[in-house]
Amino acid sequence: MEINLEESFQKRIDDEIKIEPRDWMPEKYRKTLLRQISQHAHSEIVGMLPEANWITRAPNLRRKVALLAKVQDEAGHGLYLYSAAETLGMSRDEMLNELHSGKAKYSSIFNYPTLTWADMGAIGWLVDGAAIMNQVPLCRASYGPYARAMVRVCKEESFHQRQGYEIMLTLCQGTPEQKAMAQDALNRWWWPSMMMFGPNDDNSPNSAQSTKWKIKRFSNDELRQKFVDVSLPQAEILGITIPDPDLKWNEARGHYDFGVINWDEFNEVVAGNGPCNKQRLKARVDAWEKGAWVREAAVAYAEKREKRNSNKENSNAA
Amino acid sequence: MSNKEWPLWEVFIRAKQGLNHKHVGSLHAADVQMAIENARDVYTRRMEGVSIWVVESKNLHANEPSQQDELFDPANDKIYRHPTFYILPEELNHM
Repeated sequence: MEINLEESFQKRIDDEIKIEPRDWMPEKYRKTLLRQISQHAHSEIVGMLPEANWITRAPNLRRKVALLAKVQDEAGHGLYLYSAAETLGMSRDEMLNELHSGKAKYSSIFNYPTLTWADMGAIGWLVDGAAIMNQVPLCRASYGPYARAMVRVCKEESFHQRQGYEIMLTLCQGTPEQKAMAQDALNRWWWPSMMMFGPNDDNSPNSAQSTKWKIKRFSNDELRQKFVDVSLPQAEILGITIPDPDLKWNEARGHYDFGVINWDEFNEVVAGNGPCNKQRLKARVDAWEKGAWVREAAVAYAEKREKRNSNKENSNAA
Repeated sequence: MSNKEWPLWEVFIRAKQGLNHKHVGSLHAADVQMAIENARDVYTRRMEGVSIWVVESKNLHANEPSQQDELFDPANDKIYRHPTFYILPEELNHM
């Protein structure tokens, strides 16, 4: 019986029929999605922190409203995704507990510090650029609520990248010091952005199953190559240099070749030893704990109001 | 500390006058007012809506997906409910 269910499930996936929350699904499909979507949601929420660092110090009002709107979008993206993940049967509080206890991961890129204003440019351009590349194929993921959430996310994401690139462009057209700031930000964000696509394909054990289930449509290395190919001409327009001496056009492949990624660094950051891991997690835990009284007060107020309304109805009826 | 989770609400948005409300997702809120205000912030940051409905998720009832075939079966073989079932002369244009 079980085998038949799994076969007909796979047939629906092969036929591009979306899976919806109350449909039968293999336990491993549910778990894989839950891990991926909640991790994605956590990344949006933790991802607000490095940029929030610069909201009060944005160089002018135009930059400030744009950055505020971007960070607010990220909160929204986190909420779309938490709501999609909840349809798989885990409560919001359980997911947050997993984040706060360190059990659940979020994207490692947010464990790097934002040292100068130029980092707001580099993050928008590269980090959001890499995120878009990862996310666009997810709009066609086999799980309906995830795909629908991703359509919303992707619609909003392109403003993020454009505002980042505009910051870089302005710095690059400014004084030599400003251009140097842009170059410095590119130097620091390039390799962590390249790592956002995850381990190399031959070192990514879950990819095959995710591809079969159409959660994943392109491999990590395919997406990374695409990112390199589009980023290089963008850096040329800015007039700054990607910090990779091995970067060169390969006529035969029709792609740029690039250097070897420092996977030791990646693994260290994933393991919790990046420059800001502790700071980021502490900020989230503090926000949760300090907000406890607000959550409680809101529940108490709602209960009081409901009681008052039902008393009123009773006395009207009498 | 109370560890009571705020209830879950389903959110429906009317994109513009003349269209029906469409389900867009869900969110947590302590009461109706907060649910509507949060829905505005989460789902209409770019003028995506002119009207919001929120329904507490526990009040939403649905058919059982595993019995989907039986439920919709009665409509399956009634092609005479469609206009193309009726064979009419060519010269009758546009009926």
